[in-house]
Amino acid sequence: MLDVRNISYRIRNRKLLDGVSFQAKPGEMLAIVGANGAGKSTLLKLCTRELIKFTGEIQLFNKQINTYSDKDLSLFRAVLPQQNSVVFPFLVSELVLMGRYPHFEFHPSEQDYAIAEMALKKVGMWEFASRIFTTLSGGEQQRVQLARVLAQIWDVEQGILFLDEPTTGLDLLHQHQMLELAHEFTQKGFCVVVILHDLNLAAQYADQIVMLRAGQIEAVGTPRDVITEATIKRVFNLNVWLIEHPEMDCPMVIPQHRQFTDNQPLTNRK
Amino acid sequence: MSSTTIDPPSTTKPIQKSVLRTTINPWLMPSLVVALFVTIVLSVGIGAVHVTPYEIWLILRKAMGGSVEVDGTKEAILLVIRMPRVCLAILIGAGLAISGAAIQGLFRNPLADPGLVGISAGASLAAVTMIVLEVKFFQTLTGLLGMYALSVVAFGGACVTAFFVYRIARMAGKDLITTMLLTGIAINALSGALTGVMTYLATDEQLRNITFWSLGSLGGASWTSVLGILPFTVIALAGIPRLAKSLNLLALGESQASMLGVNLKSVKRQVIIFATMAVGTSVAVAGIIGFVGLVIPHLIRMGVGSDHRRVLTGSALGGAIVLTLADSLARTLVAPAELPIGILTALIGTPVFLWILFQNRRR
Repeated sequence: MLDVRNISYRIRNRKLLDGVSFQAKPGEMLAIVGANGAGKSTLLKLCTRELIKFTGEIQLFNKQINTYSDKDLSLFRAVLPQQNSVVFPFLVSELVLMGRYPHFEFHPSEQDYAIAEMALKKVGMWEFASRIFTTLSGGEQQRVQLARVLAQIWDVEQGILFLDEPTTGLDLLHQHQMLELAHEFTQKGFCVVVILHDLNLAAQYADQIVMLRAGQIEAVGTPRDVITEATIKRVFNLNVWLIEHPEMDCPMVIPQHRQFTDNQPLTNRK
Repeated sequence: MSSTTIDPPSTTKPIQKSVLRTTINPWLMPSLVVALFVTIVLSVGIGAVHVTPYEIWLILRKAMGGSVEVDGTKEAILLVIRMPRVCLAILIGAGLAISGAAIQGLFRNPLADPGLVGISAGASLAAVTMIVLEVKFFQTLTGLLGMYALSVVAFGGACVTAFFVYRIARMAGKDLITTMLLTGIAINALSGALTGVMTYLATDEQLRNITFWSLGSLGGASWTSVLGILPFTVIALAGIPRLAKSLNLLALGESQASMLGVNLKSVKRQVIIFATMAVGTSVAVAGIIGFVGLVIPHLIRMGVGSDHRRVLTGSALGGAIVLTLADSLARTLVAPAELPIGILTALIGTPVFLWILFQNRRR
């Protein structure tokens, strides 16, 4: 479904991505992990065509991404941005209906209303429908935005969903609900590509993990293949313990105790 | 709380559906239309010679070819002086306000106004230059176009500046909107300075002309000037509302808008072209009229919410009402003299705006 072949991206003389390749299949959740500045967001922006000047190939449904029009893409591909700044005081209901804009000309159809309602209920924000979006808390705004993004591709057979650090600003319950929901969409045959910072969330929900280090792929594969003490040491420069999830077949990451205090003292004693 | 909690619970299903379909103040748009109609009748009627609505009706019927007895003086005043003036006020008010709303949407900034992209500044610079420097070229133009020369030059100035701002911003590359904002501010400052130089060079009589120009007036209204700006304003009024959905999506940010299928380049270009057409021509015939483009969209947003599908049309109606009223006051308050309309819009508009802002905050 999403096929990334040997892409490199440079800005001025800095190479942000170098020879990255991976594939994401329908019904699969692919997580992109890595340290700050490893190129995760750049990679996502290339896949969503927000950035265009790169070398290599990106294919969606076996077609070059450049051959689609913005309009075509908007019918089956949705993106949840990391930052959401909405300038005018729109109502929550108006905002969610914006997700349906690609599907109607001037007046929303019955189905558009129905989908917007389902999406809002799905993220648990239905009671907020007549509130003004800008007055909501950060986490609530994030969930409304998710509803909008889901509404955009709700009734597509095989959609593709990009989530850029979707759990930022959410509490523990809603972090898991968010990824649970994304997982539910993969069951419908969707492909979900998600940037995550929390390796435990990635291990628990992703079918495939792409681990980036300084613009290159450090490891790619199932959570068990990718999340190891060695790769985490190399990518995050952090010593960790790995333990088994009590009920799932996946590793869990626990940082080791007091590993920074020796080499980086907080105060300069003179 | 909203009406949803008041209704009986027996009809829960339709009520739940209606939450998504809520339109804020659904009566506001129809009442704006009614208000515009009342304003027109009122403005046409008042002045040194009072004309009742019934007489207006009779005169209109006669003008349409009916055979009715009407007072000849009143007929002449109405058809030759007041009607074109009211039409001009409607066109200019609607054009300024709708362009303001669209520009605010495009720049994702409620403080933006059409002046920001250099349209008004360019137009007035061109006009002032023409008034002060009686160069050969301008004299030839005056010979050719008579009293319209100034308008044509002003419109040209608007187009050239808007084009420049757009071009420079394009060359600077990536973030078109921010660069345009900055370029617009720079160009505004430059033409402000050049206008200042012109003012410095001007004679007393030219100064009076410049003041008239920079404060705005509809005193020169005639059917010719109405017909002159009609096509431009109509194109803008028809074109801008078609961009409403795109402007809504732009509120989510440029990248999200394009993820939802908006062709950013084309939307930006269209907004700028339409706004230049509406604002450039209005500056050309009536000078600079402040306040309308900035504040009317705000007032409308307070009333109908942020959805551009309603804000744009609402702004056009609101702008037409406010400018028509302001012009009636401008020509009656100190009759037989006239106040510049720009002074009036700001003088009356500011307190009203502050009051509404205050009321809104207290709620």
